Amino acid sequence: MLTIKDLKASVEEKQILNGLNFEVKPGEVHAIMGPNGSGKSTLASVLAGRVEYDVTAGEVLFNGEDLLDMSPEDRARAGMFLAFQYPIEIPGVSNANFLKTAVNEVRKSKGLEVLDSKQFLKIMQEKMKLVEMDKAMTQRSVNEGFSGGEKKRNEIFQMAMLEPSLAILDETDSGLDIDALRIVANGVNALRDGQRSFIVITHYQRLLDYIVPDFVHVLYKGRIVKSGTKELALELEEKGYDWIKEEVDATLNA
Amino acid sequence: MSDDLKILEDVANSEYKWGFVSNFESDNAPKGLNEDIVRFISAKKKEPEWLLEYRLKAFRHWQTMTEPAWPNVAYPKVDFQDIIYYSAPKPKVQLDSLDDLDPEIKATFDKLGISLEEQKRLANVAVDAVIDSVSVKTTFREALLEKGIIFSSFSEAVHEHPELIKKYLGSVVPYTDNFYAALNAAVFSDGSFCYIPKGVRCPMELSTYFRINSAGTGQFERTLIIAEEGAYVSYLEGCTAPMRDENQLHAAVVEIVSHAEAQVKYSTVQNWYPGDKNGKGGIFNFVTKRGICLGYKSKISWTQVETGSAITWKYPSVILKGDNSVGEFYSVAVTNNMQQADTGTKMIHIGKNTSSTIISKGISGGRSHNSYRGLVKINKSADNARNFSQCDSLLLGDQCGAHTFPYLEVSNKSAKVEHEATTSKVGEDQIFYCNQRGISTEDAVGLIVNGYCKEVFNKLPMEFAVEAQKLLAISLEGSVG
Repeated sequence: MLTIKDLKASVEEKQILNGLNFEVKPGEVHAIMGPNGSGKSTLASVLAGRVEYDVTAGEVLFNGEDLLDMSPEDRARAGMFLAFQYPIEIPGVSNANFLKTAVNEVRKSKGLEVLDSKQFLKIMQEKMKLVEMDKAMTQRSVNEGFSGGEKKRNEIFQMAMLEPSLAILDETDSGLDIDALRIVANGVNALRDGQRSFIVITHYQRLLDYIVPDFVHVLYKGRIVKSGTKELALELEEKGYDWIKEEVDATLNA
Repeated sequence: MSDDLKILEDVANSEYKWGFVSNFESDNAPKGLNEDIVRFISAKKKEPEWLLEYRLKAFRHWQTMTEPAWPNVAYPKVDFQDIIYYSAPKPKVQLDSLDDLDPEIKATFDKLGISLEEQKRLANVAVDAVIDSVSVKTTFREALLEKGIIFSSFSEAVHEHPELIKKYLGSVVPYTDNFYAALNAAVFSDGSFCYIPKGVRCPMELSTYFRINSAGTGQFERTLIIAEEGAYVSYLEGCTAPMRDENQLHAAVVEIVSHAEAQVKYSTVQNWYPGDKNGKGGIFNFVTKRGICLGYKSKISWTQVETGSAITWKYPSVILKGDNSVGEFYSVAVTNNMQQADTGTKMIHIGKNTSSTIISKGISGGRSHNSYRGLVKINKSADNARNFSQCDSLLLGDQCGAHTFPYLEVSNKSAKVEHEATTSKVGEDQIFYCNQRGISTEDAVGLIVNGYCKEVFNKLPMEFAVEAQKLLAISLEGSVG
């Protein structure tokens, strides 16, 4: 589904991704961990198409198509979803109206008929249950006045509504208390259908107790330096990142 | 933006190709303004002596006045002697069907969601036999007359209801009021006249569409609306399809009189040609609009969506003379490219227990400047007056300007006046968030700006509101990024 080859990217003249190689197949859940500054958020931003990031080398194929050549909205319509680390507020635009517009744009690009308000409402009510969202929230402006937990739940709710084929969760667990974490994780797990892929970017192992990954990768200095299974995450939790940093730096200096 | 909005240019301004038809009087007044021209205009319209006198008094007064220079707008000086103050109505070129219409023009009509019938009317397509628009208009006019409602052109009203014109003309906006009001009073071309008798609720929204002799919009329009005790009317002015006019200066006057327990809703959607990307050309829209709430519980509401014109300079106001009277002003003013707007309202509280609401949403993009100027005046006599004002400015991009000039003059200590103002920017992060959800930048700006204007759009009659939303999106094309 997603193939990243030798990706190099920089922001404000500083190179962050240094030749990243990564592959995701349909239905797989990959966790990406790494120390601060390793390039985790940069990876998410580059995949989503933020213009502030310059791709200086490499290639990314999404379902066989050149992702880097696509505008952010086209990537979304092609089935890529980013759950933001810091979801922004859009006053004056209700969650319902926002989502209806987004859902219909995606449908239009697939050649599907757009949903009318009644149809949309029905689907919305169904998906709201996944993240335990109450009706009142859908009438509120997008993320306006939402607590941190509510914002993250809203991200998962939007993901449920848009039904992407690849979902990138950018530190979705940051700022969440235990209950919110549970709700968010349940929402994500409910969307694992064997075809949909997830890239879960996180600092902490705890989220991975709830969203059990198929693969765990460590990102360091802009490259994936170690890959393993969920055991790797537990090892990191125990030992920290130093042992990996030492390993990698030794190889680089050799 | 002018590329997207170059509509009606070919149709509205083309001359009748085959020369003048014999019974058309081929007379325009010569350029310039003097007493002879005023007499000429009055004579052409076959006006009674008293109206000619009114025009002459106004003209003489105008000559003593100085052009005001205080607004926050800049424009090349208007040469008042370089204008033709009367021109014969021009027959428009007729198309056989909408297929003959420039496809770009048709595309914009479609974008605006204008109905096919309306498109035909705007493009001056010959009406087909099955749907006769003239008879449709006639049916409505008759339905109105049955209720005693008069809705006609101002010129017709001068002949058919002189007593009403005599009574109310200039009662709300006297010709001494300001420079442009004086000019208008001297040379006004035509406009609407609307009279709702006592206790009658006008059953339909009145729009200039239904005025049978709606020849091209006048340069100096004069409109008078009178609602007797307990009457109700909702009046729509304007058109979302952008209108071109070779006359650059538009100085209209609108007067509204609302008697006890009457209510007048006046909605405007204005999309006059705004000039090109560099600010060349474009209409100067200098309008004086005012309503007076004469009696107990009278109510006047102004709702405007101003997206066009190179310069918009207007302050639809309400004089709250009657006790318990209510004035409302809801406005969305958009400026893009090089447009300028200095607009707002005046709420004058005179009676007791009066209240006024002002919601103004300014949106600036490109290199435009958008100013809100509002006056809330609470006279000594106005016990228990209430006012709520909210002036919001939204900036798109970093080259535009938003300015607010609120004036509060309170002379009665029982008054409650609230004023809120916000300034915000449409952020790149908000747009990116929308992009990541599959929404294009253009649609994202439209979504965000429409959310911002919701409060005002909710006050517009339904069909207008829908068109206004689309119009907003089109007006903002190219304003971000």
